[in-house]
Amino acid sequence: MSGELVIFIILALIAITSAIFMLLSTNAVHSALWLVLNFSTIGVLYLILSAPFIAMVQITVYAGAIMVLFLFVIMLLGAEHLGGVGQSQRWRLFLAGFLATVLISVFGIVMIEGQTGLDTAVANAPEITPQLLGLRLFEAYVFPFEVTGILLLTAMIGVVILNTRRKEENKNG
Amino acid sequence: MVSIEMYVALSAILFTIGALGVLLRRNAIIVFMSIEMMLNSANLLFVAFSRYHGDVDGQVLVFFVITVAAAEVAVGLALIVTIFRSKKSINIDEINLMKG
Repeated sequence: MSGELVIFIILALIAITSAIFMLLSTNAVHSALWLVLNFSTIGVLYLILSAPFIAMVQITVYAGAIMVLFLFVIMLLGAEHLGGVGQSQRWRLFLAGFLATVLISVFGIVMIEGQTGLDTAVANAPEITPQLLGLRLFEAYVFPFEVTGILLLTAMIGVVILNTRRKEENKNG
Repeated sequence: MVSIEMYVALSAILFTIGALGVLLRRNAIIVFMSIEMMLNSANLLFVAFSRYHGDVDGQVLVFFVITVAAAEVAVGLALIVTIFRSKKSINIDEINLMKG
């Protein structure tokens, strides 16, 4: 077993365990912290896949900014102990388990039988440097990039509008 | 190098756990976190395939997915805060009406 495989298996186990604990923990803050661990391990996997830029974005944006936002909202609302897995009905648990089994078996069948393009993967493909990524982003994908800017602006305006309407209602009422 | 099937399997497992989270949890914030995990498993697959094919486009797509996810989280959490203010609850079984 090569060293890389050992590291991959350890990281995969950490990622899966943290995902399961995120699903099962009754305290929403704990869930969020498990998810931070999950995102960080996936960031390390990106480093193994020699994608340093994506790895850093994963750590700063996902494990950093987005999860801080989640934690902030959980603590703001005091929603730590709402709706654990144990509170859902038994039929729902069975149905969800059945659907998850179906989903994972479909993934397995497609991977074994289907035309997935897995066999065309080459292990010694040229490495992708952040330079290459930036060049492709600002040459071929410059229009989608600008659209992303508009999307973020729209989201920002939407959030501001969602949270100022309440103030006006308070003034009126 | 680890074979790509391992990455596909890990991604499938994480996606399934995320889907289970959406189906099982009643807390809207946890449902949101599960959706983030599903997006993340797709991202992992994109980066793995881009590495094994030597193709930059996969990583560019991951960049866009992360941006859209950030926008989605901002709007979604603002919605959750607004719903919590009017309904005093974020249990998704209790907020099944379009009416305010």
